[in-house]
Amino acid sequence: MTTLFAVLFYAATAVLVFGLAYKVTQYTRTPAPLKIPTMPAPLTKTGVAFRLAREVGLFESLFKSNKWLWIFAVAFHLGLLLVVLRHLRYFIEPVWTVVALIQPFGIYGGLAMLGGLVALLLRRLIVARVRYITAPSDILMLLLLIGIGVSGMAMKGAVHTDVIAVKAFFLGLMRFDIQPLPNDPVLFVHLGLVALLMIVFPFSKLLHAPGVFFSPTRNQVDDARDRRHLAPWAAQFEAGK
Amino acid sequence: MADFEVPVLNDIPKTPELAPGASAHLKPFVAAPAHQEALGFPGELVEDWHDKAIAKMGDLLGKYRSLQVYMDACVKCGACTDKCHYFLGTGDPKNMPVARQDLFRSVYRKHFTLGGKLFPQLVGAKDLTREMLDDWYSYFHQCSQCRRCSVFCPYGIDTAEVSMAAREVMDHIGLGQKYCNEIIGKVHKIGNNLGLPEPALADTLEGLAEDVKDETGHDVLFPLDVEGADVLLVTPSADFFAEPHVDGLIGYAKVFHQAGVSWTLSSKASEAANFAMFIGSYENMVRVARRIREAAIELKVKRIIFGECGHAWRVAYSFLNTLAGPWDFLDPRYPRPQHILEFTHDLIKRGGIKLDKSGNQGMVLTFHDSCNVARASRMGDMPGGQFGIPREVIAACVPKFVDMHPDTIGEKTFCCGGGGGLLTDDLMEIRVKGAQPRAEALKAVVEQEGVTHMAAICAICKSQFTKVLPKYGFEMDMIVSVHQLVSKAILLGNND
Ligand code: SF4
Ligand code: SF4
Repeated sequence: MTTLFAVLFYAATAVLVFGLAYKVTQYTRTPAPLKIPTMPAPLTKTGVAFRLAREVGLFESLFKSNKWLWIFAVAFHLGLLLVVLRHLRYFIEPVWTVVALIQPFGIYGGLAMLGGLVALLLRRLIVARVRYITAPSDILMLLLLIGIGVSGMAMKGAVHTDVIAVKAFFLGLMRFDIQPLPNDPVLFVHLGLVALLMIVFPFSKLLHAPGVFFSPTRNQVDDARDRRHLAPWAAQFEAGK
Repeated sequence: MADFEVPVLNDIPKTPELAPGASAHLKPFVAAPAHQEALGFPGELVEDWHDKAIAKMGDLLGKYRSLQVYMDACVKCGACTDKCHYFLGTGDPKNMPVARQDLFRSVYRKHFTLGGKLFPQLVGAKDLTREMLDDWYSYFHQCSQCRRCSVFCPYGIDTAEVSMAAREVMDHIGLGQKYCNEIIGKVHKIGNNLGLPEPALADTLEGLAEDVKDETGHDVLFPLDVEGADVLLVTPSADFFAEPHVDGLIGYAKVFHQAGVSWTLSSKASEAANFAMFIGSYENMVRVARRIREAAIELKVKRIIFGECGHAWRVAYSFLNTLAGPWDFLDPRYPRPQHILEFTHDLIKRGGIKLDKSGNQGMVLTFHDSCNVARASRMGDMPGGQFGIPREVIAACVPKFVDMHPDTIGEKTFCCGGGGGLLTDDLMEIRVKGAQPRAEALKAVVEQEGVTHMAAICAICKSQFTKVLPKYGFEMDMIVSVHQLVSKAILLGNND
């Protein structure tokens, strides 16, 4: 099992890193030929940085749209953030003070994350408009995340696992020195699902994470009258006539 | 035109129940070979349309980051599902912005993603079958590219970008829309959407000058092709003859007259509209935009000012520098290009023109923010100037001004229902239904605040409203141009 998971995590990391690198390169290389920020838009780059920060940190547009959806989404994402930060202790030694400090809150993060996910799933099934646009993969994605959350919470609350050994395993992985993973079915489920999530990331709607930074309606400065904006292919077209 | 039921106007806006297929039958007339070929597209549906369409999709995905990112980033959260006026007016689920995008996205997944190739059922990947192409033709012509959905999407996904891409793909396989493509052909050939030639235009303008003289006793000029004028006015051709547009044109002329600024129209660029944007054709957009550059150079003007038009102002404000720039031969002290409202607003502030509200006595005004002005452009030097400047000008001209519900104005404004190349009789049903949210908000201020008129700054909005608002029981002359109000309030002659 230890070897299997070691291989799995190396593979998942490779897929995640190279997959994301590929997509981000693709987004970077594809030009945005026209100025299309959703107005009113900031007039400066700093303004755009703030707009993106509000979008990523506060889900500004979602807030304008639908307060319930906003609450569910914030609960899930903020919960996930806390949980991820809490998990950093498995990958760093010595553990940073911030990471140590938030340990007690991780558990609330886990609860918020699961609550948000379940609410999102119910919404998807109950609201006819949302059900209409739902593909099986949208439900599976939620179930995958719920599975990760439930298995993780189970280890925290009920079937404890040897966290010292888990940490040794991951630190070992990072040094290419494989250490034994505790023989624990719930842990296997948890880690297996996490690896699956990493693998599907670059091929799925999880691309919204990098995508938001590349969205021209959100990341462009409103300066079309002051600065001429010309994409390379448009310049070529212009020169060709 | 088939009969259909005009939607009811509720006191409290309601999100409709899903009515699958409710507007599947609504499609515009297909462009004839002559209209297609004039724009460089195949005359009719080509034999290998499927492969050609997929190839064109690939081409566009590589050219437009918006399209590429929007295809990937949607999480199907549903935040946009109740934001489109065409969905609100029809209940057809394919008019929900995300579902509209999905018509394109499912084909994208099938042909351009690993997930879609390996597990099509799982991720909702579908091929571009004849049925799918029919859906494209229906539903991508039921999007006015108003961008309301993009305001509410957490990733700013703009369905307008997807509609434009889909129309571009369809044009390239020979399935174009008659209304848009015929009009673009006229602009290429004659210079304006109406196909109004220079002598007819000169005649019309002469008539207008006479009318104003009769009415006011002042010699307000409507110059055409005057070399060396300071300002080139580029305005939608509807301003030359349609009501209430023409009253707006008279307003611009009076403002120029009173400001003592020499100006001219151009017979070459006798059209502000650029319908090539609606069909997503960069090449045609450039061609249409270049006329304006050429006219400005030939007439040796120092400034370019655009008349009241929504999408034309989007193209002017956001794209003109890209499509036909640089504009370094114009006077750098003024924005390039400038909106007529920026010009008038500035004059009012400086006291350059005097207004008398009694010219519009008894009127209670509200203002319809045109989608393209609101969400795709700006006026003035502050974000949101496109909302404040028109309102300030209106307020200076009329006794009372009231805004409609905040969810229906500003950046959240509803489209009139006729934008994006839908302003054609063969799409009357969707135009009427798409106007429902605006009509609902208007009804509320009419009943509660005694609003008598609604001002607009877009040729399409004005034409659309005069046609469809009567279906909801409003008077058609309730729609006015902003410069029509200026025209009635402005004091001509020496006021000192
Ligand atoms: S709001 Fe944006 S992400 Fe959500 S369903 Fe609509 S397009 Fe997709
Ligand atoms: S751009 Fe406007 S018309 Fe098109 S889907 Fe979005 S809200 Fe509807």
